[in-house]
Amino acid sequence: MTDLLTLIVAKYNYWLYVILMMIGLYAMIAKNNLIKKLVGMNIFQTAIILFYVSIGYKRDATIPIIQNAHGGNDTHAAVIHAVDYINPLPHVLMLTAIVVSVATFGVAMALAVRVYQRYQTLEEDELRMRLVDIGPEK
Amino acid sequence: METIISIKPLLAVLVSLFVIPVLVSSSGKPNVRESWIFVAGAIKLVLVLSMLPVILGGKQIVLTLFEIAPGAAIAFRVDGLGMLFAIVAASLYIVTSIYSIGYMRGLNEHGQTRFVSFFALAISATIGAAFSANLLTLYLFYEILSLATYPLVTHHQDATSRISGRRYLTFILGTSIALVLPAMIYCYHVTGTLEFSTAGIFTGQLSKPAALVLLLMFVFGFAKAGIMPFHTWLPAAMVAPTPVSALLHAVAVVKVGVFSIVRVITGIFGVDLLADFNLGVVVMSIASVTILVSSCIALSQDELKRRLAYSTISQLSYIIFGVALLSPQGLTGGVIHIAMHAFGKITLFFCAGAIFVATGKKYISQMQGLGKKMPFTFAAFFVGALGVIGLPPTGGFYSKWNLILGTLEAQQTIFMLVLLVSSFLNAFYFLPIVFKAFFGKSEEEDNKTPVKIQEANLCLVIPLIITAIISVVLFFYPTMFVNLIKIGLSI
Amino acid sequence: MDNYPALIVITPLLAALLAGIAAWTEERLSYPIALIGLAVSMFAAFKVLMQVITSGTINYRMAGWAPPMGIEYTIDLLNAMVLLIVASIAFFNLIASYKSVEQETSDRAGSFYAIYLLFVTGLLGVTATGDLFNLYVLIEITSLTSYTMVALGDRDRGPLASLNYIFIGVIGASFYLLGVGYLYLKTGSLNMVDVANILSGLHGSSTILVAFILCMLGIWIKMALFPMHVWLPNAYSYSPVAFARIVAPLMTKVMVYVMIRLMITVFGLDYIFETLNLSEAVVWLATFAIIAGAVMALAQKNLKKMLAYIIVCEIGYMVGGAWMGNQLGMTGAILHILNDALMTFALFLAVGSMVYKLKRVDFIDLKGLFGKMPWTMAGFVLAAFSIIGVPPTCGFFSKWYLILGAFEAGAYHFAAALVISSLICAVLFFKVFEICFFEPMPEGHGHEDSSSHVAIEEAPLSMLIVSGLVSISLVVAGLYSGTIVNTIILPFLQ
Repeated sequence: MTDLLTLIVAKYNYWLYVILMMIGLYAMIAKNNLIKKLVGMNIFQTAIILFYVSIGYKRDATIPIIQNAHGGNDTHAAVIHAVDYINPLPHVLMLTAIVVSVATFGVAMALAVRVYQRYQTLEEDELRMRLVDIGPEK
Repeated sequence: METIISIKPLLAVLVSLFVIPVLVSSSGKPNVRESWIFVAGAIKLVLVLSMLPVILGGKQIVLTLFEIAPGAAIAFRVDGLGMLFAIVAASLYIVTSIYSIGYMRGLNEHGQTRFVSFFALAISATIGAAFSANLLTLYLFYEILSLATYPLVTHHQDATSRISGRRYLTFILGTSIALVLPAMIYCYHVTGTLEFSTAGIFTGQLSKPAALVLLLMFVFGFAKAGIMPFHTWLPAAMVAPTPVSALLHAVAVVKVGVFSIVRVITGIFGVDLLADFNLGVVVMSIASVTILVSSCIALSQDELKRRLAYSTISQLSYIIFGVALLSPQGLTGGVIHIAMHAFGKITLFFCAGAIFVATGKKYISQMQGLGKKMPFTFAAFFVGALGVIGLPPTGGFYSKWNLILGTLEAQQTIFMLVLLVSSFLNAFYFLPIVFKAFFGKSEEEDNKTPVKIQEANLCLVIPLIITAIISVVLFFYPTMFVNLIKIGLSI
Repeated sequence: MDNYPALIVITPLLAALLAGIAAWTEERLSYPIALIGLAVSMFAAFKVLMQVITSGTINYRMAGWAPPMGIEYTIDLLNAMVLLIVASIAFFNLIASYKSVEQETSDRAGSFYAIYLLFVTGLLGVTATGDLFNLYVLIEITSLTSYTMVALGDRDRGPLASLNYIFIGVIGASFYLLGVGYLYLKTGSLNMVDVANILSGLHGSSTILVAFILCMLGIWIKMALFPMHVWLPNAYSYSPVAFARIVAPLMTKVMVYVMIRLMITVFGLDYIFETLNLSEAVVWLATFAIIAGAVMALAQKNLKKMLAYIIVCEIGYMVGGAWMGNQLGMTGAILHILNDALMTFALFLAVGSMVYKLKRVDFIDLKGLFGKMPWTMAGFVLAAFSIIGVPPTCGFFSKWYLILGAFEAGAYHFAAALVISSLICAVLFFKVFEICFFEPMPEGHGHEDSSSHVAIEEAPLSMLIVSGLVSISLVVAGLYSGTIVNTIILPFLQ
């Protein structure tokens, strides 16, 4: 039991993202309202972004901007330790991932608006009934 | 064996294919269209015959087109067996073309351009199957033939032909995909080649049970050969116009099925392997059952074309029977029956079609006394029937004779009984038709007015007389075909 | 010229921007811009393929940055082939699409072309890239464009189908991204070759196992492997036909390519088949996919839906072949990427022509189509034969390799599934042919005079020409499959 606890505490960032992901997944599968599903989708994506951000982070490290790199007096003297800096790459990647998720979210929202305009509802069960009403498909 | 590389087999296959666009473009002008058919048919026959001296001289003509995988290419190889089959198919195609002009125009059928186009495609595939160098190529043409004949079988586009077409494809396409395809790929998997060779492609990789399973998959899978229980497509296919039944369902399609089985037995397994495993008896038993059962069914059919269809089923099994004897005489008798039965049965179908066009009669019971009106037709029918029964003076006698000798040679005396019994059955279901036609009395007939001869038009009568004559000629001169078989199987 | 690899991807991207701008100002310019962009891209893809065949793999560094820092395009025989397939199908479909777009989305033709080009850019990028994260972004570009495209189609059902597609698509992409995260965690690199080198010492790691499973799961969702296929039929059948014609042949095939790329280049076949020993389970999954896809196709009453389920079935072919664990199966899978792209394209071209003329393609709408649209139907029939696997069409030959591979691996159930699906496809297509051929039943015996001649109402010439070309290519690709295997696939696998 203590082993498990230490595992959870030591790697809490992973547990956190898994929990968030599952919340998102649950909303996407179980919710009846399209907007709620969209929110779930967003939580799902954010969980992964958190995961990436957390793996780049190091305790007691700073952002990787090298001091005095450009023309400072003691450039040669300063030894650059990689340990002192957090890994910037996952964070940079997440900028792109955020853009992707925002774009996806935007498209999804626009579609939800279109669905609402057409059917006056965003509840899935009602939508299903409307679809039956409009008859055979094209 | 000495081989010659030549493009002739390819040309012989392609010539009918190339003529299809011409046929389609001249669809408004029937005479132009039909003359093109003859041009193509004649070129095809000339091409086939031009290869004959080379083959009889003991050489083979080969042409490899596409190498798909090592040992599996799309390739042609003209040997004795293929030559025999190609001559039969190409020559009968011309005769059938004359006949089909008379038939289709006589009945004013719709969609004649479609009909002749697919006919040309079907004959291309038949020649291709005859000249295939390996199982892959054979399978390719086998499938093309199945699909090309579908629009011919369902030509009338009505409910009956729809159902028949469905049955046709289910049996022919279904068995070839479900049985032949895996069996073929398994052969390739085991041996790495599919090339036909008289020694067989297996060199000890097969156990007896595996060989048995493979053999059965091939024998039943090539359902065009009409082995029971995969025979029901053939009677169903009789809804097609008679030229189709005549050329395709007495010669081309069914013989491609039989030919494939012959190739598998002689070229894939090899006669020796099957003899070692004693598997010939299995195939012979299957064939015997088909021979006897379908002969009995034929007896009970009143529609002439259906009776012919069941007769065809039993005759096809003769060929398989002969080859499964695995003895030189049996092989000769079986393979030569491809030719002999072709000429006999096509005559019978031509007669059935001529009777239908001239009088509209399809049922045997309506044909009493018809012989006086259509003496030529029924005379030809008589000759054709003799050929199928296997009585002199027709070529059919020669193949039956060899088959019976083959059973003695292979010491399978019990199976000789099968041949004898079925010959009697054949006589029972054919001869009464002729007898009643000439000596029976039709209902509308009275004795006072002399009967006028009312034959069908010349386009119908001439072909059936030609094929009947060839049937008789083959009795006296079977040598060429026999030589082809001897060369082809090196016996 | 050394910049062909970049040109393949950049030209459609530029063309997309230009077409997008043109959509606001001069809408009629969009089409020629798109056409030129794709023509250049196709030409570049062709050049690259030739170059790779003669002189081996091309490593193209974007803006000269060296890997593993910079983004690298690694073009070997496999993706050179897929690039050419994608670029040429996109180009030819564009030729055939002009009239369809005019008919279906005339008010937004400019935007349609812009999105179309972006979609193609995404596919080409996915195929060309040698970087794992770049792959994710490009997959999402393709997905995003296809979401919008689906919504452009059927105005009643399109948006909803598209939303469902988004939900599942996002899950798939996220799984993949997560898998890449784990890979990065262990290797510290995103360049495929670099990752592969580091991975060779890490075969026992459970993190790598998790990464592998997540990546595969994500890609399988994106390629609609049964039972993750539910989004596909609706999405494909409600999108505008001009788009359905390209998404159906390309999207799933490119995802199969991604799977094979990850398997061979990143994780390595040794790892998958020897360390993990997963092949048997996945081949079973593929077997179920084949059978389930075929059976579900049987239940459809709409041609587009039926074809969509056949795609689900075909995906099973490729996944099964790739996971067979031997060279023959992999050859079959790769060959089937090409062949399936061609035959699905041919089928959807025919369907596109039908939709153009008939508006709806429920089975009952297809009556008498052989008489009405003989050329379209000829193309359709040939493509159908290819799906069934009739030689000499190309579908037969990939099936040949797949069954051989199954025999070699002893996976007889997979071989049986292939055969059964061929039979079911035969039933499916002949059901359609029967409707087109027999109905409406002619009265009487169908004689020359009694059957009223059906007037031929063919699709526009542009569609017919493309359809004819593709149908011929089915046979040509079939006959030359030996050459394709020997010059492209086998050298790649060795």
